[in-house]
Amino acid sequence: MRKVTRSLAFVSVSCLALLAACGGTTGDEASSDAGSDAPLVYGVYATPLEEPWDGAIHAALTSAADDGDIRYKHVDDLSTSDAMERGLRDIATNEKPDAIVGDAFAAEEAVRKVAADFPDIVFAFGSGEKPVEPNMSVFDNWLQDPAYLAGMVSGGLTKTDTIGVVGAMPIPEVNRIINGYIAGVKATNPNATVKVSFINSFFDPAAAKQAAEAQVAAGADVLFAERAGVIEAATEAGIPVIGMMVDQQDEAPENVVTSLVWNVRPTVDAIVKQISGGPEAVDLGEFSFLKEGGSSMAPINTDVVGGVPADLVEMVTAKEQEIMSGAFVTPVDETSPKGSIDVSQ
Amino acid sequence: MSINLIALISAMLVIATPLVWAAVGELVIEKTGILNLGIEGTMVAGAFVGFVVADLTGSPWIGLLAAVGAGVLAGLLMGLLTVTLGQNQHVSGLGITLLLIALCEFTFRVRYGGERPRLAQKFHPLLDGAGILEQHWMTYVAFLVLAPATWWVLRSTGTGYRLHAVGESFDAAEVAGIPVNTTRYLALVVGSAMMAVGGSFLTLSVLGTYTLDIINGRGWVCIALVIFGTWRVWRVVAGALLFAVTDALQLQLAITDLFSGVPRELMLALPYLVVIAALAIWGRSVHYPSQYLKAYRRG
Repeated sequence: MRKVTRSLAFVSVSCLALLAACGGTTGDEASSDAGSDAPLVYGVYATPLEEPWDGAIHAALTSAADDGDIRYKHVDDLSTSDAMERGLRDIATNEKPDAIVGDAFAAEEAVRKVAADFPDIVFAFGSGEKPVEPNMSVFDNWLQDPAYLAGMVSGGLTKTDTIGVVGAMPIPEVNRIINGYIAGVKATNPNATVKVSFINSFFDPAAAKQAAEAQVAAGADVLFAERAGVIEAATEAGIPVIGMMVDQQDEAPENVVTSLVWNVRPTVDAIVKQISGGPEAVDLGEFSFLKEGGSSMAPINTDVVGGVPADLVEMVTAKEQEIMSGAFVTPVDETSPKGSIDVSQ
Repeated sequence: MSINLIALISAMLVIATPLVWAAVGELVIEKTGILNLGIEGTMVAGAFVGFVVADLTGSPWIGLLAAVGAGVLAGLLMGLLTVTLGQNQHVSGLGITLLLIALCEFTFRVRYGGERPRLAQKFHPLLDGAGILEQHWMTYVAFLVLAPATWWVLRSTGTGYRLHAVGESFDAAEVAGIPVNTTRYLALVVGSAMMAVGGSFLTLSVLGTYTLDIINGRGWVCIALVIFGTWRVWRVVAGALLFAVTDALQLQLAITDLFSGVPRELMLALPYLVVIAALAIWGRSVHYPSQYLKAYRRG
């Protein structure tokens, strides 16, 4: 009996371990069955697709596949540098894709090592570092343009001259968006104070909501939801809020004024061009700029609580045109913002 | 610089609520000598199952019931591995946490596929406009029912004695006719249900939404709180409040002029530092349950 129990225990623990190991990734399901002659692009992501950053890349590749430009497969949640390297080698060797797209922030070196070993495959990764010859291109979410415009909207809406921003953590990709937003606030409201909180996590909506509530307690009457959880706080406080990554108006129609939207499609189109012309090592960052159609501010929701003055909409639209034409270039500042910023200083 | 006291206390209670539910649940289990590291996964399961069922049925109450069911199942699984099969408690608990988190992530994707779902109906705070008394019912129950009741049961009832006896000495329990394994199963089922309710507080009361990683380490904080509280209910609750008030305070302080320049990391680490400091001062002579981490086998 003892022996039976023992072996049963071993089997159950092994099953548990196996099941646990299977978690997270859903494997390489095909997102589209476009013509088999279309180039194969593999999405290889460090985070689960539910993370908005990789979700944006996934959405763009899916739309390209739907248009028949590419065949698209993906794998996600390769969260360690080691898992990323093994996953990439496996895919590059066995699937022989024409291009591999993903995010390299958690595994900059590993991605570059594999890219060097497969020079015929186009590697294009979200990265905070430089491209590497001959085949490793980089891109990033350069959302300072819509951030600036949303800042202008917020500066015009606040009546307490206090605005709250809740971000993930003070890293360059987040800092430049928050700093662009603050510059926009200053353009329409030179007396404003912007309160900036970080939650030190990419997912913790409960903590983000607490941070936003502390900002409301400190007088904030407009919020910028760089992270999930803030819209919930704005809804309860009955104040306007700016969404992030996709148009979030549907989630709280009375509170979401507008959202910063990242459209990775122009970046994907540039990657597809590389497939036919041969791999390059370039910085594709500009394809995320507003004037390239890589980012935008969602339509302003004038039905939001308190309304949006027509002259404010006009002013923001005019600035959007200036950015489009190149007459105005949004400054890029990647320094860590302070907790309380008086924009007049 | 201004501290909004009402907002501070209010935030403290909200931050502490899931910790109290889950830490008291862990305490009940640890009383019998089982360290349940499945706590993090059980909280995630409570949050997720509560959310999905509330979404399907439109009722947060049914969602809560389902969360309790998920907690009971997680407790039974932990019991199967550590009580019936006598496996290593660390490995079993961590395995359950990994398994449950992965199962929730997987099901979330299958069901919602990249959407950001939101509950049509969630729990709203009671006593609207009553300042610090405007709290969720789960907060009221945590502090006014769960903690006092658990304290009373552990201290003054036969059930409490049986849990204590099992955790301190298998032999003594056996001689007294206490069924060791049944008692441990009971503690696991009840304690895990409490953890699941703690997790569901975030989805059903606070947010009305679910995202991956929603518990974000709160379960591990509870493990520390139980040791901090030396397996005594009121000390565990005090620890949760201390952690929560420091967290609420740093959220308010970090956005004031005065603390604006203090490194973010230091402010964010403050609640952990305070609890570690308190542990160093008051938690020096920790007496673990004597049968901690041991499996019971009849001789």
